[in-house]
Amino acid sequence: MPQYLISVWHDEPYDDLDWASPDAQRREAQVSEFNARLEAAGAWVFGAGLRPASSATVVRAGGGDVSMTDGPYAETKEQMGGFWVVQAADLDAALDWGAQAAAACEGPVEVRPTEDA
Amino acid sequence: MPDPLATIFRREAGRCTATLIRVLGDVDLAEDAVAEAFAVAAERWPIDGVPPNPGGWITTTARNRAIDRLRRESTRTDRHVAAHRLYVEDREGVARDRDPEMDDLDAFVDVVPDDQLRLMFLCCHPALAPDAQVALTLRLLGGLDTGEIARAFLVPEATLAQRIVRAKRKLRDNHASYRVPGPDELPARLQVVLATVYLVYTEGHTATTGDDLSRVALSREAVRLGRVLTELMPDEPEAVGLLALMLLTEARQPARTAPDGTMVRLADQDRSRWDRSLIAEGHDLVRACLRRNQPGPFQIQAAIAAVHADAATAAATDWSQIVALYDQLHALRPNAVVALNRAIAVAELQGPVDGLAAVESLDPAPLDDYQPYHAARADLLARAGRPDDARAAYQRAIDLSANPTERDFLERQRAALASR
Repeated sequence: MPQYLISVWHDEPYDDLDWASPDAQRREAQVSEFNARLEAAGAWVFGAGLRPASSATVVRAGGGDVSMTDGPYAETKEQMGGFWVVQAADLDAALDWGAQAAAACEGPVEVRPTEDA
Repeated sequence: MPDPLATIFRREAGRCTATLIRVLGDVDLAEDAVAEAFAVAAERWPIDGVPPNPGGWITTTARNRAIDRLRRESTRTDRHVAAHRLYVEDREGVARDRDPEMDDLDAFVDVVPDDQLRLMFLCCHPALAPDAQVALTLRLLGGLDTGEIARAFLVPEATLAQRIVRAKRKLRDNHASYRVPGPDELPARLQVVLATVYLVYTEGHTATTGDDLSRVALSREAVRLGRVLTELMPDEPEAVGLLALMLLTEARQPARTAPDGTMVRLADQDRSRWDRSLIAEGHDLVRACLRRNQPGPFQIQAAIAAVHADAATAAATDWSQIVALYDQLHALRPNAVVALNRAIAVAELQGPVDGLAAVESLDPAPLDDYQPYHAARADLLARAGRPDDARAAYQRAIDLSANPTERDFLERQRAALASR
């Protein structure tokens, strides 16, 4: 069955987000509920929330050398905050999961197919 | 292409492509096969005569040619074809991977009406950008070639070809299904289809760009698609409303330009040149869909066009009904352009001073780059006895106009003001 990456996007860095706030708590509950729906439908492949982009390290390997630099690869304001990999019968089914994910996170998600296995 | 074949091509190309996509499970393969079948027809029909069911003949020939080709190239392309096959549902709605080799080659291919609907929903998938939806619809359902579409929209042919290739690839990479959306998805998905068809129509009708011939082709194709939609979805009042709106607008086409090619406003049009049979058909459709009492934006706009069509002279127009219809439209779909049109109708009903007050009460921000806003203000200012303000508003409208016929009209209006 086709697989899709559903990524969650923040318009700004979210390092200072208060996870204990009622808003964050509500979103977390919604996301758990969404995860349960994915599992129940057999659509769940993998999913995780991500620490903010400031925690990222870029690693390059070439010509026998490995170099590391601090920070995320993409120098954009927008950050990926988490993702799922789901399996769905087709694009419409994947977009339906995307709509549910966006509602659960209360923010935009990007739905993107994986390369065929 | 000889003439009867061209007519059949116009009528059947989209239908045949729609069916072949279902049979073959691949858009490119279907397009190539249909083109090849029409090439065979161009050779044979002048000698053998046109078959009784030309569409069926084209579809069956195309299918057989495609399968021959798949067999010839099977070692090379098997995996590629299998990987990229569209997900096709059979008539029971069960998804399955079609294997063309499993089909009986001698069987005549049924042209299933639903195939055209499937193709419309595929071309107008909300995951595609609007310009890609339009291009794909005209290419696959209208059988227009990329050159024709590119000329109509005044974009380089290479850009348009690229747009179509990208759209097809996106649908394939995303495993888009070839199906009619289920009842819960249908309203939102149908809205995109209707909006796309209307966009094709308005581009052909009001066209800011492009040459005349390709614009006529666009309007004609939009009306044809509108007819197909209402045949296939007779219970969707908005689809009927869209067709009625296009027919009633199309009816005024002969009176929209003067013999010297200049633009004629609705109020100044020679109504004897309006197409009465299109008006009659449009009226019937408006009445039929209003009876269902499920009003929507296209039905209301069609009703407004019907009120205009009803008036023997501009002065006889029932403006109170038009204002009421704009109120209804605005309640359903609040937007600045609808509010502007309502204000213009108020001016006709109550005079330029009230109309101007209604226009001035609108939020100018979303309308500032909208040429008709400044043209309407200019006209009302002139009629309200404020020529200097009118001149400035005409200037703004002229600066914003992208259409030479329209610009010429506005310049003449402004000149008439100066000589007053």
